[in-house]
Formats: sequence, C-alpha cells, structure tokens
Amino acid sequence: MSATPTLQLSLGPVLFYWTREHYADFYREAADWPVEIVHLGESVCSRRRDMKLDDWLGIGRELAQSGKQVVLSSQTLIESEADLRDLRKLCDNGEFLVEANDQSALQRLSAAGQPFVAGAALNLYNPATLAVLSRAGMQRWQAPVEMSRDDLARLLEDCSEQGIEAPCEVFAYGHLPLAWSSRCFTARRYQKPKDRCQFVCQKHPEGLALRSQESQQVFTLNGIQTLSGACQDLRHEVPDMAGMGVGVARLSPRPEGMAEVVTAFDTARRGELPTPDPLSLVDAEICDGYWHGRPGMDHSRAASLG
Amino acid sequence: MELVCPAGNLPALKRAVDEGADAVYFGFQNTTNARQFAGLNFTDKRAREGIDYAHARGKRVFCAINTYPQPDGWAMWTRAVDQAADLGVDALIMADMGLLDYAARRHPDLTRHLSVQGSATSHEALRFYHDQFGIKRAVLPRVLSITQVRDLAKQSPVELEVFAFGSLCIMAEGRCYLSSYLTGESPNTRGVCSPAAHVRWEETPEGLESRLNGVLIDRYGEGENAGYPTLCKGRFEVGGETYHAIEEPTSLNTLELLPELKELGIAAVKIEGRQRSPAYVSKVAGIWRQALDRLERAPGRFHTEPAWMTGLGEVSEGSTTTLGAYERRWK
Repeated sequence: MSATPTLQLSLGPVLFYWTREHYADFYREAADWPVEIVHLGESVCSRRRDMKLDDWLGIGRELAQSGKQVVLSSQTLIESEADLRDLRKLCDNGEFLVEANDQSALQRLSAAGQPFVAGAALNLYNPATLAVLSRAGMQRWQAPVEMSRDDLARLLEDCSEQGIEAPCEVFAYGHLPLAWSSRCFTARRYQKPKDRCQFVCQKHPEGLALRSQESQQVFTLNGIQTLSGACQDLRHEVPDMAGMGVGVARLSPRPEGMAEVVTAFDTARRGELPTPDPLSLVDAEICDGYWHGRPGMDHSRAASLG
Repeated sequence: MELVCPAGNLPALKRAVDEGADAVYFGFQNTTNARQFAGLNFTDKRAREGIDYAHARGKRVFCAINTYPQPDGWAMWTRAVDQAADLGVDALIMADMGLLDYAARRHPDLTRHLSVQGSATSHEALRFYHDQFGIKRAVLPRVLSITQVRDLAKQSPVELEVFAFGSLCIMAEGRCYLSSYLTGESPNTRGVCSPAAHVRWEETPEGLESRLNGVLIDRYGEGENAGYPTLCKGRFEVGGETYHAIEEPTSLNTLELLPELKELGIAAVKIEGRQRSPAYVSKVAGIWRQALDRLERAPGRFHTEPAWMTGLGEVSEGSTTTLGAYERRWK
C-alpha cells in the first residue's frame, strides 16, 4: 500500500506554441494523470493567438471537473497596452486563480484583493520579498530556477520562522525557462521580422536547438524565450524536496512522453522509485546542476559516473 | 534631461563629473551590485571622497544595490543600504522587492529608484513598485520600442530613466538566468554575467576559440576581431546555420532619439559601463553633454554631429552601434 504523498505535482503552462488540437489532446490525457495542479495559458508570446482566453477557460473547466486545481499563468514579458488589456481579462476571469509572472499582474491582482500564485520570474530570493507578497495575497510561490537546494532549504526555514505559510513550488522537470527578450529568436532564424513572423515557432513543438560550434546543445530557442539546452530532471531529489518542506514539484510539458514523466514523479513521491532508474525517459540531455549549487547545465549523476 | 554616468572607481567618477554628468552611479566592492568585477567599485572611504567631489560641484550621486539578496546574505545587502544612507547618497538604485521594502521602512526619506534589474516594462508594474515601496524613478529595461516607451510614459506614476549608450542587454534585465546556467553565477545572484573567471581563450587549428566554463562561445578566423565571450553574443548553430543566433557584439546608441525622448518627458538618460575605463567614461560623458546642451538650446533643430557618432563608435562593442529594441524592426 502506498503512503499518501505529501508533495503535490503540478503541470506548468505549455511554454511552446502548439496547435489547438495538440493542446486539446494533451489536456484530455492530462485529466487522468496523477497531478493535482494544472497551469494553463500562453505565458510566452502575445502573438500566439490560436487559443483565446475562452478556450483556456473551457479546458480549465474540464480539468476542474476531473478534480484538478486550475491556475491561469500570465504572460511574463509585458510590453504593450494590448498585452495589458489581455492581462486584465486574464486576472478578471472570475473563475480560476492566476499565476503572476510579472509585476503588472501583481499590481492588478493585489489591487483587486485577489489571491495569486507567484511565478519564478518574480525573483523571490529572500524572506523579506516573500513577506511583501504574502501581505499582497500570495497563495503559493515558485522558487527562482537558479536557486540551489541548500539556499532553498535555508529560505524555507526562515519563512517558517517568520510565519510565511504559502507552499513553495520547485521547477522539477523540463527545459528551464532562462530568459525573455523583445526579440524573437525563432523568427530571426527564419529571417523574418517579429511583426510578420508567420508563427514559425509552431513548427517547433519543443523549440529550436541552439548548439555550440562543437554540437553541444547549449540553449533551446522558443520564440522570445530562451530555455536550457538540457532538460532538468529532479526526480531523484523528490524525497529530499518533500523532507525539506517543498509543497509542489512542477513538471513542464513536453510534446512527447509526458505521461511517463508524470508516472515517474508520482512513483518518486511515493518513495517507490527504483534505483537504478533509467536515467532518461525522453531523448534529451539531462541536467540538475542548479539544485546541487553548480552551473545549471551540470549533471550530477553524469559527473559521479564519469 | 539628466545625464547619468557610470563610476566604476574614483577616477571615473571624477572624469564623469568633469565632463558634464548631472549624476553618477556607483556600487560597493561586493555582490550587492550588478557590476561585480575584480578591482572595481568603491570602499567606504573612496565613496565618501567621490560623493564630496560630486556634491561640491552640484552633481548627484546614486548608489546601485541592485542584485537580489540571497538566502544566506540578507545582512550584507541591508548593510549596503545602511552604508549608502550614512554616506549621504542622493538615491538608491534597487531591484529586490524585499530590499526596497527594507529601505522604505528604515530610510523613508532616502530617494529610491527602481533598477533596470527590477524588470518593470509597463505602467502597471511601475504602479506596483510605486504603491508598495514609494519609488520616485525607474530605469526601463532595454526591451521596449519607442512607441511602447511613449505609451508607458503617458501613464507612468514615476520619473523614467532610459538607457542611452553602452553594452546592450538583449534579454529583459533581471529575468535572465543564462549566465548561471553556464557558470553558476548570474547578474541576480552574484552581480556578474559571463564572468571572467570562467573565460578561456585558446589558439587552435580551427582558429581562436573563446570558451565560457568549457562551452565554446565563438571561434574567430584570421583577421576577425575577437570580442569578450558574453554568452548571448557568440556564434551558434541553429537548424544547420551558424550565426549570431541571439545578438551581434554591438552597443546601444540612442543619440538620434534624444528629441523624441525629451518630448516624452523622460527624466534621465543613462550611460552603461561601470566596468569600463575612466577614459571611456570621460569620452562618452563629454559627447552626451554636448548633445544634451544642443538639445536644450534648440530642441526643434537637433541633429547629431558625425564626430559624436564616430567617437561613440570607437568605444562600442564590435565598433558598431544599434538603436536596439527602440527601433521596431530590430526585434
């Protein structure tokens, strides 16, 4: 008999630009996966308009009926008045909690007295910052992607001493979101101006690999966003995470093999992950350096083997 | 419009003031500011000298404490804030919400500016920092087009400072973790990007190679100018093509936008480059002073001098300049 897991699993928002059918299929499957929280919405680029807010709300209602907590993720880089109008609609959706990924969202939500989830790009590195957001209505927060396990452990202890109760979420699986720009790097590859990008990023459901001249995959280009080249995988750290008081492990959607990833993390949180475990379920380089206080691209197991 | 110039050390601060800066900004010798370079920045004593020098000439001094306090270092950041307050700086430039909150409570009368590292790109975001921490001014990230700056300026609750000249960050500042992904150190955590300790140069049969923590950033053929391996400015392969996939080595130069920036009510223009030499600071400050003076005299008839553009080109990365995101087609 399995122990009741103390650590919740969440699906992050899909960072890539998929087709409507692809999103629909993905979330139809996800409804049956052992994740407690699902983040929805377009958090990267305002030009990706296949899915309207109503479409996300529709998917959200179905997932809610399957018992998931649904959270709408806001756009991380807000540039224009049009972006702000979309943000207002998202914040005022009246149904689901919103993940604030920028201070514009924080302003909308806190001024309206609405509770919110604080995203990783808000740069929450210390208890004083978390105290500010707690007062503003924060219900859950995501640690910065570059924070190490030891720093996070210390931060969680300090939070608990200061009575900051909101659970912490860690980016546990997927290509790490590392940067946002006003320039679109996918359009640049196709030599198209961003304003007439013809939505070329939709041709790349898992982004475009950026490699060094020695063929090392360094980063992944995803429109205006830059992701890590390797895929972070912290499944082996899940028991430690639960022990130190992390509340939620976030799994970032990939186009293939996500059901297996969720199963592996669900197994891990029940303490049943077999060792040795096949290192990778999906064909990609693995990294876990940030967690171990090293460059994010490092892979501790590769190092210990090699 | 106020001309805000970088001061990596005391000689640079004095040169900036002498050449016509209205304000200078500096940081302390630790990870509390975003230009943590060996041999750079100010001790308490040097800062005091610099502040006296500037104040005696009617110029202002800002202190940048614009990295993010780490879980084991809160006291170092608050000490920097207290130290700057004791020194009598004219404003603090900060990014972290917790530290802004601390400064607002502990030193309510000390002016607070939002650093570019605070990533505020909309008037709503500025409203948040204004309402929560009483910021008086914000430095805008280099990601907005001039039209977007215009929209933002119309509704901004605070004064705006924009980047005028210097190294071009292509990512929204404060939200770029590329450097720590490769080296373990980032602007947010350690005040560095692509830090020198991780750089290695090597002559190989394929050419001169620059590496950052082992990762090949660029490879130069004979006769090609080699630049510092800032990770976003190398040549990489994407979909079978090798090119500057993120950005070319180039500097931002907004000299020709000055009339428009003035018309938008921008309060200050900022020169990047605390890591550069006093000679750089002197030259750039001098050119921008002349330009701003001409603008004041006859805003409607402003034009740039070829000598200014050449002078700025000479101290630019890759000897080229760009309008960056201000110009829509750059995106």
